[in-house]
Amino acid sequence: MKTRFFSSRLDNPPYIHPYQAYLFILPGLIIYAVFVLWPILNTARYSLYDWTGFSDPVYIGLDNYAELWNDDDFWLALQHNAFFVIFYSILPIMLGLFLTALMTRRTLRGMTLFRTGLFIPQVMSPVVVGIIWRWLFAYDGPINELLLALGLDGWVRPWLGDFTWARYAVGGVGVWVQYGLCMVLFIAGAQSINTDLYDAAAVAGANAWQEFRHVTLPGLRQQILVAFVLTFIAALRVFDLVFVLTRGGGPGKETIVTSLLIYREAFQYNRAGYGAAMALVLTVIIVTVSALVMRLQTSEEDAQ
Amino acid sequence: MIRDRDYWRKQARTGLTYLMLLIFLIGALLPFAGIFLTAFKSSSELAQGPFALPETWQFDNFQKAWDGARFGTYFRSSVIVVVPVVVIATILSTMSGYAFGMIRFWGDNLLLLLIVLGLMVPSEAVIIPLWKLMGTLGLRNTYWALILPQVGLSFAFGTFWMRAHFKSMPTELVDAAVVDGCNAWNVLWRVLFPLSRPALLSLIVLLFMWTWNEFFLVLVMVTGDLRTLPVGLALLRGRYAADVPVMAAAATIVSLPVIVMYFIFQRHFIRGMVSGALKE
Repeated sequence: MKTRFFSSRLDNPPYIHPYQAYLFILPGLIIYAVFVLWPILNTARYSLYDWTGFSDPVYIGLDNYAELWNDDDFWLALQHNAFFVIFYSILPIMLGLFLTALMTRRTLRGMTLFRTGLFIPQVMSPVVVGIIWRWLFAYDGPINELLLALGLDGWVRPWLGDFTWARYAVGGVGVWVQYGLCMVLFIAGAQSINTDLYDAAAVAGANAWQEFRHVTLPGLRQQILVAFVLTFIAALRVFDLVFVLTRGGGPGKETIVTSLLIYREAFQYNRAGYGAAMALVLTVIIVTVSALVMRLQTSEEDAQ
Repeated sequence: MIRDRDYWRKQARTGLTYLMLLIFLIGALLPFAGIFLTAFKSSSELAQGPFALPETWQFDNFQKAWDGARFGTYFRSSVIVVVPVVVIATILSTMSGYAFGMIRFWGDNLLLLLIVLGLMVPSEAVIIPLWKLMGTLGLRNTYWALILPQVGLSFAFGTFWMRAHFKSMPTELVDAAVVDGCNAWNVLWRVLFPLSRPALLSLIVLLFMWTWNEFFLVLVMVTGDLRTLPVGLALLRGRYAADVPVMAAAATIVSLPVIVMYFIFQRHFIRGMVSGALKE
């Protein structure tokens, strides 16, 4: 058995013994296993317990999940996460496609400058982004001042404290953060589209929209899927931005999201078991959707 | 005549494209410009509009943020956490990336799948048991409670990134450089490591950014002086929280290291985040 595994079948260079691979992986794997994998498994386990985080856990089966099913706040938070998918994924992808369509098929100077600038919101701490936009959205802040200057007095409002508009304000910040990433992904993808296709489209007399619709868009399918997965995960995980922008979900519960509930239940209300159940549901949603979309991507690659 | 009209049409279109891109560029940068300018103003100057230049560029606000609002302390915490995370995670990921990318061994796909899982799970999925674990180990409210989990999470991405890099290296290059009596350890550190500069640089700047910006883990695990910059900024209360210029100065302190890194290594940031994502 051993010889089969470790030598003849695996054609490594002579200076490498396959067992060395395990030694190279082991140090990192130990840290990863103890501080990432083991906690994931325990989240699943704790979700079946009544546990404050300090007490001895008491096994209660699926009671936490039954409570979750009837928890209006949890459903509200999930709805808000779904609402943010529009602002974190759908709109940035559309905006990214629009900008890509503008930039491809034209030789423009200063492309690097645009790319570098539009990507900046991606690398900044969401806390800083939140602080900046809280200042911009403040009642006596620049946005309202601009509205006043334009004579749109009726639109002046405390954006992040407004029961109707707070969600849209937070969503708008999401668009601002995410579209640069989508655009950069799409531009990279568009550069690898065969230029013959564009020439053919030109010969066939395609206008700009038709060219985009029939050449650029199909050529970017893979990038669109990747952008969707990344931004979708971001929309479901959003925490620090909301924590800062609306000081944790306000006004009322208008911008409460799942990760804020998890934090509140586990670390403020001492309901760690219940928080673990929420965390597991969120994780299952994220992993399932990511895996499905990636599967779509790989099956397409196989088809080609 | 017709050609002329076509020419002007084209020019107009290009001009319009530039204009559109410029509007977006301003939209992306103006908020940052506003907050940086505000950081240099006195409270009384605020009324002159967010983008008016300060009359005298003063550093009082930075002084207040650094000492009064304790951002100097938070800065220290950030550095104490980020440096070991980036160094340790880079070394460990280089080793495992080499193993996955260049050595064939039994169980490689299964192990890789286990590690890739770490790329998808949100920190919400680990935070509650991790809090408990750190309590048991007596590490809660120490820097270790921040460093160890972040090394673990960075290891997942790093392994993935370095594996892709080593896989794309031509094996002839490697085999040619190997002299008799060399072993895998020497090959990795003496031959491959120096050749991997671009990939390593991308990995380092990404890990730096992610660790610097990490919020949830820090919020839960530590209190007081051990807090890093983003959490310090988010939890700023009291008299400085109402002082917009001091807040602005604090936000500048938090973002400056990442911005400087970004402008030096912007290609590496973008390449890392884009091709890292595509490889997933």
